[in-house]
Amino acid sequence: MLAMDYRGPKRVRATQKPMPEIKHPQDAIVRVTRSCICGSDLHLYNGNVPDTRVGMTFGHEFTGIVEEVGPDVTKIKVGDHVLVPFNVACGECHFCKQGMFGNCHESNTQASAVGGIFGYSHTAGGYNGGQAEYARVPYANVGPTVIPEGMDPDDAVLLTDVVPTGYQAAEMAGIQPGDTVVVFGAGPVGIMAARCCWLFGAGRVIIIDKEDYRLEFARNYANCEAYNFEKDMDDPVVFIKKATDFMGADCVIDAVGAEAAGNAMQTITGRKLLLQAGSTTALHWAINSVKKGGVVSIVGVYGPTDNLVPIGNVLNKGLTIRANQASVKRLLPRLIEHVQNGVINPKALITHRIPLEEVADGYRMFSAKLDSCIKPLIVFPSANI
Amino acid sequence: MENTLKDPQTLPGWGIDANSENDPTYPMREPRLNVSQDPDNKHRPASLQPVDIEVLKTIERPNVSAVFGESSPPVGLSGMIRRFAFKYSESHYGHWLPLLLADRVNVVEGIVEDLAHGKVPNIFAEKGYAVEWKHNRSAFVTKMATIAVLTVGTVLLFTSGNKKSYKPKRRGYYR
Repeated sequence: MLAMDYRGPKRVRATQKPMPEIKHPQDAIVRVTRSCICGSDLHLYNGNVPDTRVGMTFGHEFTGIVEEVGPDVTKIKVGDHVLVPFNVACGECHFCKQGMFGNCHESNTQASAVGGIFGYSHTAGGYNGGQAEYARVPYANVGPTVIPEGMDPDDAVLLTDVVPTGYQAAEMAGIQPGDTVVVFGAGPVGIMAARCCWLFGAGRVIIIDKEDYRLEFARNYANCEAYNFEKDMDDPVVFIKKATDFMGADCVIDAVGAEAAGNAMQTITGRKLLLQAGSTTALHWAINSVKKGGVVSIVGVYGPTDNLVPIGNVLNKGLTIRANQASVKRLLPRLIEHVQNGVINPKALITHRIPLEEVADGYRMFSAKLDSCIKPLIVFPSANI
Repeated sequence: MENTLKDPQTLPGWGIDANSENDPTYPMREPRLNVSQDPDNKHRPASLQPVDIEVLKTIERPNVSAVFGESSPPVGLSGMIRRFAFKYSESHYGHWLPLLLADRVNVVEGIVEDLAHGKVPNIFAEKGYAVEWKHNRSAFVTKMATIAVLTVGTVLLFTSGNKKSYKPKRRGYYR
């Protein structure tokens, strides 16, 4: 089968690989119909996540048609068209029982901090991902969800990560009616988070990024104020303070993570020299621009092991920090409802459709923010859907 | 010395300020359970994936998880470095820094593996430079020129011997 193949920092290709096999009674094999490149994949692509091994296939946002199931799979059957949440989750462990499907204790041997994630390095379990014609899906009774009748597959593929992560970012922010929320990062998740803030009753939503095309997209899609931190302000923290009567925002969402631009020292130490686990510029701005007693919600990915974080300000300002990988399975019923009722329109985020054969160009385009790329979707000529 | 503790629930005031609504994890954790509340916290799935390849295991868990990925088992020099890294916990530099080193070694191993299979990796295509050339030509040319200058400079630095004979400076006071 054809699959994306990681060869080293900023080097990927499409190559022939062996077909995946059933390894566990609850496994399924799916023929992938849609797969996205995620902003989180760029941390892997840039070589910033430890234990990202050559030969791995990335991709944690995908849909597919069930081709084969293990003997213990009862919830889906061959022929079902399913969306596959990015978390690999058993549904039975102490954490899954509490709805923390992003923190499953039985899906990652190599690290205890995070549960298994498809195609996300060996630090997240070593699973090959969905940027391939076929993928193995463990715990097929738990994660894969049959795409509802009539739902566009382009909407469905975004329900595997982007929509739940954006929604959970807003949920974790603890938004109260009328709150001012600032979202750092106008990538797909940041834009979705900004959109979802309104669902929780926000009174004002501000999104900050450095790419004008993304900000324009966010303005139109999420109906929020959008500002460019390189052009519209000298200092994002002061800008937000001034915009909020010098109080600070009620809630701030970090939807950027380890690839943040905007601070030379952070960029050099975190992104170039890897002396810390990525740049924490966005997290600094979040902590420093939220009001005292406010909430910082983090969905941007930071790798292990250490970062320069202004923890003293967290203490002095009495902040609440909430962060997690989204628990897709917990949120899916509500989000499917929102999509079906037209409250959220995920597929509008997709700007590019890239054949799997051109996956290297897709990564470069998304990473370098070329051609006004918001969300690239990998398409499979063999899928016929 | 052994820790001999009283039952905390017999201590004066135990739990008098408990507030079940003060749960900052809601709604991400519902119902919230602590380990002692969950009678089944050691529960494991009925079937375990057979461990038929080498799987490196964090020392922060007692066993291999019921399922695991099989993307790229550890091999070669990078595999040796990874095995070393897994002697340390996830809170230790001894774990993460060797893993980052192993990742870089693994890149070289990947190129060697390609060549061994008679395949010359097309780095230009793998890096997606064609699309950068198409959409961001000036930045691409600048980047390539910078790489070329740095490469040539480095080569010259290491290959040009000092042709002048070395004369040691006189040491002593300045006159």
